[in-house]
Amino acid sequence: MSNKQLSTAILCMAFAAMVACKAKPTDTQIQAKVSEQLSTMPEVTADVKDGVVTLAGNVADDATKASAEATVKSTEGVKSVVNNIMVTPAAPPEPPATTATNTADDTLRTGVTNISKDFPGADIKVDAGVITVTGELSAAKWKTLKQALDALHPKKVDASGLTVK
Amino acid sequence: MSLQDKYKELIDTAKSAGTSNLQVNEQEGVLHISGEAPSGAVKDNLWNIYGKIDPNFLSGDVVMDIKVATAVEGAKLEVVTQSSNLNVRKGPGIDQPVVGKAAHAEMVTLISKHSDQWWLIRTKDGEEGYAHSQYLRPVE
Repeated sequence: MSNKQLSTAILCMAFAAMVACKAKPTDTQIQAKVSEQLSTMPEVTADVKDGVVTLAGNVADDATKASAEATVKSTEGVKSVVNNIMVTPAAPPEPPATTATNTADDTLRTGVTNISKDFPGADIKVDAGVITVTGELSAAKWKTLKQALDALHPKKVDASGLTVK
Repeated sequence: MSLQDKYKELIDTAKSAGTSNLQVNEQEGVLHISGEAPSGAVKDNLWNIYGKIDPNFLSGDVVMDIKVATAVEGAKLEVVTQSSNLNVRKGPGIDQPVVGKAAHAEMVTLISKHSDQWWLIRTKDGEEGYAHSQYLRPVE
């Protein structure tokens, strides 16, 4: 077979494949349609394989879950729908107090990091605005450390686990 | 005995020594004392009284932040490290490169305060950089 005949044959095969595609929507085409139909539900994702659509994501209620499945089922070329959508009621907003404490803890931790390198005998931890010091320090060193820690405005400096020499 | 009673001598001394913006309030079992002392000596005295009432500051019932009013721009500061040199850094943070050292007990000049913790200083050799304020004591 000459090169010319070969390329003609390939072209024919390619054309035949395209015609076949027209007759039955490909997964890619189904995917495009399904995505379009689900555009009002951004929290739902769809995956198409051999005409089977798998839905996933998180929605607030059962009605939305059922509606997503119904919408997709009617799409041309869809053989079946696997509905893996999870129903998670909207989480209540996090209490602002917690966030404030966390931010405060970050500020405290930065301050503690700056200070702690000069006090190798002490282990300093920050939690919920409270600085906890454990380990062993000389009285003079501990006084310097306590002054530096108090200047960070913690809720409390807990040194009950500290040994002062 | 309330915390204000336990630390009455400390609070009274802070008041009588002319501590400005003195704030004393109790929150969740901890007495928070803050203010600005007129001199480094007053601050030292307040910490000594605190240490007398609560030996070694181990009760954890006081958080005291006394700043020194004389720590203003241009003020002389003494390097109060234990014995070692004080690192002078390019920026405010221990992750910043060290650009110089100030010797123990050396006098440096306060240029400005970046924060309560990090002060921009000039050493006697003319080096400028940031040092941690816990090692700098204003000199009267």
